[in-house]
This record gives sequence, structure tokens and C-alpha cells, in this order.
Amino acid sequence: MRIFQNLHDKGPINFLAAFRRGDFDGTKALLEKGSSWMMDEIKASHLRGRGGAGFPTGQKWSVLPHDSGKPIYLVVNADESEPGTCKDREILRYEPFKLIEGILLAAFAIGAHTAYIYVRGEFEKETVILERALEEVYTHGFLGKNPPKTGWSLDIHIHPGAGAYICGEETALLESLEGKRGMPRLKPPFPGQYGLYGCPTVVNNVETLAVVPTILRRGAAWFQSLGTKESTGTKLFCLTGHVNTPCVVEERMGIPLKELIEKHGGGVRGGWDNLLAVIPGGSSVPMIPKDIATQVTMDFESLQAVQSGLGTGAVIVMDRSTDLVKVIARLARFYKDESCGQCAPCREGTGWMWRILERMAMGQARVEDIDMLLDLTHAIEGHTICALGDAAAWPIQGLVRHFRPHIQERIQRYGRQLGARE
Amino acid sequence: MTQSFSFNAENLKKAEGFLKKYPKGREQSALLSLLDLAQTQNGGWLCEGAMAYVADFLKIHPMRVLEVASFYSLFHLKPHGKYHIQVCTTPPCSLSGSDQLLWSCKKWLGIGVGETTADGKFSLIETQCLGACTKGPVVRINQDMYENQTQETLVEVLQTLAER
Repeated sequence: MRIFQNLHDKGPINFLAAFRRGDFDGTKALLEKGSSWMMDEIKASHLRGRGGAGFPTGQKWSVLPHDSGKPIYLVVNADESEPGTCKDREILRYEPFKLIEGILLAAFAIGAHTAYIYVRGEFEKETVILERALEEVYTHGFLGKNPPKTGWSLDIHIHPGAGAYICGEETALLESLEGKRGMPRLKPPFPGQYGLYGCPTVVNNVETLAVVPTILRRGAAWFQSLGTKESTGTKLFCLTGHVNTPCVVEERMGIPLKELIEKHGGGVRGGWDNLLAVIPGGSSVPMIPKDIATQVTMDFESLQAVQSGLGTGAVIVMDRSTDLVKVIARLARFYKDESCGQCAPCREGTGWMWRILERMAMGQARVEDIDMLLDLTHAIEGHTICALGDAAAWPIQGLVRHFRPHIQERIQRYGRQLGARE
Repeated sequence: MTQSFSFNAENLKKAEGFLKKYPKGREQSALLSLLDLAQTQNGGWLCEGAMAYVADFLKIHPMRVLEVASFYSLFHLKPHGKYHIQVCTTPPCSLSGSDQLLWSCKKWLGIGVGETTADGKFSLIETQCLGACTKGPVVRINQDMYENQTQETLVEVLQTLAER
């Protein structure tokens, strides 16, 4: 059932070894079936983007205008920096050939002759692995001008980033790729119409592209048979925090969160009853308390139903020793640091939220401040160009939604200790 | 006074290679790579001269270079220690004990966050998520990642570096 076999086996990383694992096996035959077949197959597989937003990949591919007279670009988002997430790094390390083949197939499907892989600046070692893998694929005749093995001219370039969380947002990434500050663009126009250098562009996450070859080989029906109706296939999950064995693991969508943690994470430190809360999809999604975590399954629709989200599939587990207010305060500082400063609500608001939360973590606040903080999150959410504002607001809303009495208690205790407030 | 700067022969070749990745007229795309190259050659930070040189190299306004250099966290506009210690304290790492790591770094080095030791050997910062969350807590020293650190292992690393 595994797509990323080598993430588990950690076998050798070279073309021949990857070929033996099934990469680049019969690539030409896939291309010969034509780009519309590929597009239909990906649409039928209901593959949704693995970068966090979960947008249907087939739909993203099919909206490109082909009569614009401009070149079409494929851009790969390997700027992984969502706290808790380290799945793309594992793919770059252990399955770079799956990614490269995925880029080749996707580029053919959308009609692109140039692809850029935007790799996070801190991933120097991974960039070296990727460069080496690319070189091998070129030598084996799959890339370049009229390559003998495929006949589809394609050049893939690596573009290193330089340390900015915001560049994971697709339009900020394009700005950064153009050699500017990574400031998200107003949308519409979407990258499909006006992307890199003003040309039609598809931006896809590493994991999304790396599963494409397997879907095309084994068929959309196979992929759909895994997972749930709206979240098909398998997904890489990262288990971090208070689990006994943190890991990156591939599992079917819709697996119960509890099963995922117990089967692969070695269980919660101190047992399931020691669980306090879980952030199920990377730092940007609201946390869920233990009683919800016990019930919920890991797919887009169920997590949305409990007012959280699947995000990048990064599960951050927190046991009862955790100071949740402090954790969220630290996340607030993250968003304050990473805000690009373009929109006032985010630039100013993320700083305010951080300062209020730092006070709250010590109890140095008024009970009314909780509602003020909540108001502030609503003033930011939906009022910014990109989703960083929302991402900064949601974790705080999650905290207040589930742990308001906890914060209140802390504030009152601090007051009692001062002997001043009720 | 502005320090003068220019790429050495090897880097000049690399820089010209970077430009080839992008379409004609879009050479500014290479800016991040060029700044990184200049920074490495300049000993880990970007002086005004280096930025002016890169601006001239790409034929763009120096302000375009400064705004980019000041935006990204991997570019340093001031020198830092020979070993630049970056402790990740974002939640997945802080849940697995990065606060203690930071504390022992401060104690061992005798400096605070954002400071450099008097001999210029070490500088210490807190950093945002380094993208190795399952291997936390992680510390990055210059470009090397140290995963699954404890206070003891990290102090050992620091000791080794101090003796170098």
C-alpha cells in the first residue's frame, strides 16, 4: 500500500536503485497515453494538494489558458516551514526520483517545458541530494532538449530560498522566485492565469507531485479506493511532540487519530489518558482536546467538522504537562516574526496577540482580555491578502474555544496571589 | 567607508551559471543565489560593498538588493560569530526540550540570545522552525543540523567547536 517505500526502507539513493523500486519504469508509455488522459486520471483520483490547503490538483492543472502565447511554468513548492511539518524534507532525502518523475509527468500534462523547484534555504543537504538525482536523470536521458527516453523537452532548475516562512504561500514564492521580497500577491489573478513572470503557472507541493507517478501507474481507481470519499489516497503524517517515537509515516487518509498515534508514534508519553490536546495539521490549525482527539479521523472533512483542519498532516501531540498558553504564545511569536508586513491587520495584530498571550501565560491579564484577544483574531482573520493572518488567528481561537476555563483560572490565581483582584 | 567586494574567479563562474537558469531579461531571479554566494565569500555576512557589487552584477538598483537582503532571515547584514548557533524553539522542538538547550547554550557560552562571544567565536540566536520536527530538538550551527540534542550532547558539540 505504500507509495513512499524508501521513506521506510531508507535504501540507496541513486537512479538504478530507484528504478528497481519502480521509479521511471515505463515513463514513456505513460506519456504516450497523452496529456488529457493524465489530466482525467488525476481528476478522477480526487488527489488534493498536500501543502496544506487541499485544493484539487486536477482542477489546478486544467484551468491553464493554452492560447496565451506565453510559456507555461511548473513550480514545485519545497519551501517546507510549517512548524511540525517535515515530510517534504524526507521525500527530498529518500525519494527524490519520485519527485523528479512526478515533475516530468505533471509538466507534460500541463504543457510546461521549464520547471523550478523552490527549495527551502535551510535544506542545503537536501538540495545537494536533489542536484545529484537531477543530474542522474539528465544522464539517463529523461530530461533536457528532446530527451531520447521521453521526447518531451523539459528543464528542471533548483532555486534555493533564503529563510522566510511566507514564501511557502504560492504567490509569495513566485515573487521570491523572481528575485524580490516574498510578499504575497493579491488574487485574482491566480497563478494559473498570471504566475511566474506573468505567465500561466502551476504551483504544486512536493508530496503532491511525488504521488503522481504512482497514481498514473496504478490508476485513479486504486488511489480512490484508499482513504475516504473526499480525502482519497494515502498521506505522509508527521508525529511530533509528546509521543514515544516521533516519525514521518505514510498512512491511508481517514485513519483514526488515536490509531495513528498509537500504531506509529508509540503512543502518547505516559499513555492515552495523559493526553491534553493535539494540533492535528501543523501549527496553523486549531488544536483539539483529548475527547475530540479520541474520536476524530485524519481526513479533510472530519477535521473540518471539529473546527480544525488536516493542513499538512503534522500532528503535534501535547500531554498534560504542557503549558498550552505558553505553546500558543510561542506560535504567536512565530507568526509575528514571519509576517511579511504587507497588510496592517497581520503586521500589527500578530504582535499584539503575541504580547497579550505572553502576559496571559503568566496570568498577568484581566478575564475580559480573553474576549479582547478573540475579537482581535476576528479582526485579522479574513482581512489580509494571504492566509498567514488566518493561520495566526486560528490556533488562538482553538485555545480559547477549548481551554477558556483553564486560562481564566490562571488569571484568577495570579490575581489571588497579588491579593488585589477577585 | 564601503568595503569593496568582487566575486573570486570560482564564484564568478558559479554566478554566471546561476543566471543561465532563468529566461533572458529575468536575471533578477538569481538574486537570492548571488547574495548567498557573496555572503559565503564575505565570511558569513553581507557588507554594503557586497550588496552594491551584486546590484551592479545584475544591473538593478542597490535598493532592490537591500530590501531583499533585509527580508530573508538567512542573510546577515552584520557579522556574527564563527559558529552561528541557531536553536529552534518553535513548539515541536520546545515540547521536546529546546528551552533547556537554549539555557545551557547561554550558560556555557556566557552570552544572551542575539549576542556574540568576546572572542568572536560563537553567536547565539533563537530560530523559527527548521523543518526537522520529528528529530527535535534541533540546533543548526552554521549550515549543519544537529538533531535529537540533549543538554549534554550539545555541550559536547560546543566543546569540540571551541577547541577547533
